[in-house]
Amino acid sequence: MDMLWHVWDAIASHRDIIIIQTINGIVTGMILALVASGLTLIFGIMDVVNFAHGELFMLGAYVGVVVLATSGSFWLALVLSTLIVGLIGAALQITTLRPLLGRDPLTTILATFGISLVLQNYALWQFGPVPRKIEEPITGQFALFYLQYPWYRLLIAALSAAIIGGLYLFLKYGTYGIWIRATTQDRVMAQAMGIPVPWVHTAVFAIGAGMAAASGVLFGPLVGINHAMGLDWVLKAFIVVVVGGMGNLGGSIAAAILVSLLEAYAVIVISEINLGGQPLSPALAIIVPFIVLIVTLLFRPTGLFVPTPK
Amino acid sequence: MSKRSNTPYWVAFWIVIAALIVAPLVLPEFWRRFLTEILIWGLLAMSSDILIGYTGMVSFGHSAFFGLGLYGAAAALLTVKPPNLWLAILYGLAGSAAAALFVAYFATRLRDIYFAISTLIFSQIFYVIIFTLTEFTGGENGLNFSRPQLGIPGIYTVPFTSETLHWFVLAVVTASYLILRRITQSPFGMVLQSIRENEARTRAIGYTVERYKIVAVMLSGLFAGLSGVLYAIQNRFAAPDFVYFVISGDAVIFNVMGGIGTLVGPIFGAAFFLLLREVFSRFFTEFYLIPVGIIFILMVIFLPQGLLGFAKRWLNR
Amino acid sequence: MSAPQPPVQPLVTVDDIHTFYGKSHILHGVSLVVGKGEVVGLLGRNGVGKSTTLKTIMGLVRPSQGEVRLEGRAVTSLPAHKLARLGIGYVPEDRRIFKLLSVMENLRTGLDRHGVAEARKRELLGKVFEYFPVLAERRGQAGGTLSGGEQQMLAIARAMMLEPKIILLDEPTEGLMPRMVSQIKQIVDVLHREGVAILLVEQNVPLTLEASQRVYIMEKGMVRHHAAASELRVNDAVIQQYLGV
Repeated sequence: MDMLWHVWDAIASHRDIIIIQTINGIVTGMILALVASGLTLIFGIMDVVNFAHGELFMLGAYVGVVVLATSGSFWLALVLSTLIVGLIGAALQITTLRPLLGRDPLTTILATFGISLVLQNYALWQFGPVPRKIEEPITGQFALFYLQYPWYRLLIAALSAAIIGGLYLFLKYGTYGIWIRATTQDRVMAQAMGIPVPWVHTAVFAIGAGMAAASGVLFGPLVGINHAMGLDWVLKAFIVVVVGGMGNLGGSIAAAILVSLLEAYAVIVISEINLGGQPLSPALAIIVPFIVLIVTLLFRPTGLFVPTPK
Repeated sequence: MSKRSNTPYWVAFWIVIAALIVAPLVLPEFWRRFLTEILIWGLLAMSSDILIGYTGMVSFGHSAFFGLGLYGAAAALLTVKPPNLWLAILYGLAGSAAAALFVAYFATRLRDIYFAISTLIFSQIFYVIIFTLTEFTGGENGLNFSRPQLGIPGIYTVPFTSETLHWFVLAVVTASYLILRRITQSPFGMVLQSIRENEARTRAIGYTVERYKIVAVMLSGLFAGLSGVLYAIQNRFAAPDFVYFVISGDAVIFNVMGGIGTLVGPIFGAAFFLLLREVFSRFFTEFYLIPVGIIFILMVIFLPQGLLGFAKRWLNR
Repeated sequence: MSAPQPPVQPLVTVDDIHTFYGKSHILHGVSLVVGKGEVVGLLGRNGVGKSTTLKTIMGLVRPSQGEVRLEGRAVTSLPAHKLARLGIGYVPEDRRIFKLLSVMENLRTGLDRHGVAEARKRELLGKVFEYFPVLAERRGQAGGTLSGGEQQMLAIARAMMLEPKIILLDEPTEGLMPRMVSQIKQIVDVLHREGVAILLVEQNVPLTLEASQRVYIMEKGMVRHHAAASELRVNDAVIQQYLGV
């Protein structure tokens, strides 16, 4: 009983930061969901583990920086970045992934790994090691209960949700959505029905790349953009894809928010812990998503939100 | 197992060993160290090959094994005075064995991609831990320590010279190679390869695949840790950089470039990569990974058997 | 008994095809012809290579030797999706409808083609729903919820959406109840009336002999016998020789 009281007390005294972290968790979760959607789309349809997904995210952010610098418009940066990186993605797929069709799946992991190396260093070469920043398109904060919370963060969450929603609609209705879904289910039969499967694959990769790029631009104002930012995102995105269930769009969103919330709360807990006289670094919160991954893989390998097949 | 004469192989083997023994006596300092480094990375690459090439399990977790070997040795060399070579090796191997045990547990429960991703994430977590627990690990700045002496402490020790260090590394790497070669050519090694070809069938025949995988991971982890220990002895410096994913990535690159499943191929892969890095650094400075990365991608597409596979086909013409 | 006359207007010509699966030499030089609007049967025991022949024609499997011609033009190296657009429809063994797509969406995979007017699409759909009313009933249902017979109808209807010149039918009656077999026969007749050529692979000999004009019989990866269906209906010995147990 006493224990419960202590816990309640701890929660109450941290009320402010818990509220803030909850919203932060949801906001980051939405961006993560956007990144993960692209990844799960690519994996579900092409059986390709896109190691370079984080770098496409990073590239999108940098292209956003450039477009913003030349045009001054955040929205133009968002749109152009998505298109440009989408095209780059298509080009990459055609040159490096198409030749690998039908080979050991290990080779696509290796090829995309190689791509991530090249893209990362290219970014380092072109933009240097100093982090860049994208300015928020909407400044100002609003009153959340009695706290101040930035408008922009809500905007990101809303936009991410909108983009994912758009993707869902596109897949559900529309000719190309049917083509993509048919190709996912039975690639060979889709071909026999006249669906140009190689181009479906290219298009899907391009869409995934574009979504990653959009996430990069949206996320830009929150942290500094640098060439190495991709790795952490792609790792978390992988965790989300696995926890949500491969190819399960709804599951990815739920998983993304779950993982981000848990990590956000973990930050609170960790910064309270002292080890050897010094507080632990909040960066250690990355362990939480990992634990969620392991638990999922051990007990519900097809995904937390997917009923285990009989 | 065929009783076909392996003489050409052994002849080549001894020629190479002889060359490597003589090398430090004739090479300038820079290239001497370069050669020693190739051997150390070659050992790491070999250890990775056990998993990727022989058992068919792609692992991105070798940075953790290497790093634990490195930091383990550092711990020994910093806490026990005078610095003891064998203790360093012991601590290093113990550390990497612990990590290997952890990874081995998951190896038996996860397949393919899920295993690869998990090892990747695990190695990144490990990196974060090393990076943030500054109290114990020196954090970003790393740890400096002194090189132990060669020999048996209390009885006879002599400081390492550049040459004797090279020969020590050569001896360790060669011994490791011979041990691993023996293992991969034994019935155990055959089962591993059978698992790579078709896990379901291997299980159906009656082998407990789990046990074999665990042993494979332990072997791989131990030898990777050993390479970490050697690196500690050579460079007297440990930093989180060496636990970063890049190390795992490098190991995979060495494997692919050299030829997976050949044990000796990855050593050539390491040599090839390090040479490419040297050459391209002259023109591209620290961005050498752009051209080298492109070469890597091209090799994945056009030379999937690696350099060794290419050489074999070329020689068989 | 001489072999029947080759068709006046050959639609699909298979010329000395050799196909391998890995190291297995499945087809050892298969040659056959299907004329415009003809129904041609392909009989043979299990494993002789009948399905592989269809897959080779459809471009799903690449032959190591030989040629496939469509209306005189060599199409051997074309990918399957181009062949579908050129007018070859494929109804595989085990149907392979898209289980997670609705009946309507399954049909749309063939219906949604460039250059086809909306009116024509509605016409095609109307026709198919007329022949297969049960599909009209279940048009919103997922393909996987249909019964075996209904799935077979969907698979054939789906191929019809391509307005093909020829349909490759692989064992359409397999696993179906006897009364469905006569339905399949009716569908083949309807297609024949519409002028669509059919290459019918079947285990059901009476059905094949009834529906086809000419029949090829395969054994061990080669065509061993070729006769008019009318002849084979009266000559039991040949059938016994190649297909008898």
